[in-house]
Amino acid sequence: MESKVLQKNLLELIRRTSAELPDDVVRVIEKGWRREEAGSNAKYALKVVLDNIKLAKKKSQPLCQDTGTIICYAELPAWLPQAKFECAFEAAVVQATEVGYLRQNSVDSLTGKNSGNNLGPGSPSFHCSPAKGRALTARLILKGGGCENVGIQYSLPDGRVGAGRDLAGVRLCLLDAVHQAQGKGCGPGILGVCIGGDRGSGYVVSKEELFRPLDDVNPDPRLAKLEKQIMKDANELGIGPMGFGGSTTLLGCKITHRNRLPASFFVSVSYMCWAFRRNGIVLSESGKITRWLYDS
Amino acid sequence: MLLEAPFTEDKIRALKVGDMVEITGVVFTGRDAVHTYLHQGGASPVDLSDGIIYHCGPVVVKEGGRWVVKAAGPTTSAREEPYQGDIIRKFRLRGVIGKGGMGPKTLAACRETGAVYLHAIGGAAQVLAEKVIAVEGVHLMEKFGSPEAIWVFRVARFPAVVTMDSHGNSLHARVLAESEAALGRVRQGA
Repeated sequence: MESKVLQKNLLELIRRTSAELPDDVVRVIEKGWRREEAGSNAKYALKVVLDNIKLAKKKSQPLCQDTGTIICYAELPAWLPQAKFECAFEAAVVQATEVGYLRQNSVDSLTGKNSGNNLGPGSPSFHCSPAKGRALTARLILKGGGCENVGIQYSLPDGRVGAGRDLAGVRLCLLDAVHQAQGKGCGPGILGVCIGGDRGSGYVVSKEELFRPLDDVNPDPRLAKLEKQIMKDANELGIGPMGFGGSTTLLGCKITHRNRLPASFFVSVSYMCWAFRRNGIVLSESGKITRWLYDS
Repeated sequence: MLLEAPFTEDKIRALKVGDMVEITGVVFTGRDAVHTYLHQGGASPVDLSDGIIYHCGPVVVKEGGRWVVKAAGPTTSAREEPYQGDIIRKFRLRGVIGKGGMGPKTLAACRETGAVYLHAIGGAAQVLAEKVIAVEGVHLMEKFGSPEAIWVFRVARFPAVVTMDSHGNSLHARVLAESEAALGRVRQGA
């Protein structure tokens, strides 16, 4: 495939991810809107959110002005060298920034200077692995700073939370994370969680968990039970959309696990805002998008 | 209800927590760099008195020689908590638009000078961009970059909820306290 064709397809992935919210997310927001009390601040907030989702799609413009950390997970087939893929993706990012699908969003941490094109050390953030077949799968999350800032990592046992090194302790951590976030992460939110791993891998894996469809059931019955419990408990906290109060605090909770050292027990929580921008494409060797991973 | 310029103390003092307002008039964007700059004694390139500052880093592009706002939702306000109270007092601000709410220092300044915190809907960048009917200027762009610059936006019927009023009430403090009590109950549950 020519680099130009690859770049064009990746630009479309960025555009659609930035402007269109996947259907599984829209469905849970609509459900929350129906549930909130008429005339409440919560219902008002979700109405604006739903209007915004429609408008962004119609205008093909960013759903949220914070177009976020650009996190790309790619499964690369043998015919596509990683350097070529990254180069094409970066070119697509520069183009997407020029036309306004992405904000100028990458700042030098030492000087404070904005690079102006979203490129720089660590931006975009790539996670590449080999593909099994001949197709390229590229998945993208645009994760805004507001929700990233309320992410949190616990090292168990945690005295403040009163959490021991078991699933009961994990539950207390996740409820604490939702409570601490209040409305600051643009709730109602979605939690991606990794139990175990090291500090670095825990956060990376917690973000990957956000690719699960919101209406799926965790294949591990212990985690399926915990996810369900967290959804019930968190939505009883009364924090509500934007922290205005209300019964829609959490839209989803997805938990996975990794082995840990005997000495460590991390619980890594990535909080995602309602503007849950994630999508992915499967691209054939001839340069055709054969599948979008999420309907929108 | 409508909140129209000029933003006088009377109009602002009449607002209460929970009021859903639509703002019409001029607002100035300002986020992290602007707040640090003003707090360190930097001169404001615009007249902020009786003004509203908007915690927003918009996407603005030039099309056919004029600025067009592509996305303009609020950013998290809590980061400006160390500076906001002093800036409200010094520049006689009447309102702050943002998201996520602010703390006791800002609440005290609102009460003292007659100002409010207006919570916009986080992430609603398109709905809110549509409410910007004209870009009347931009300042400190070279120094801070586009998202961190002071953009002068004329807005019409810009929706927000009063979550901190000029009488010492904060919806954020109330929800925090109530959710803390609920957390205590839920923790006992399982």
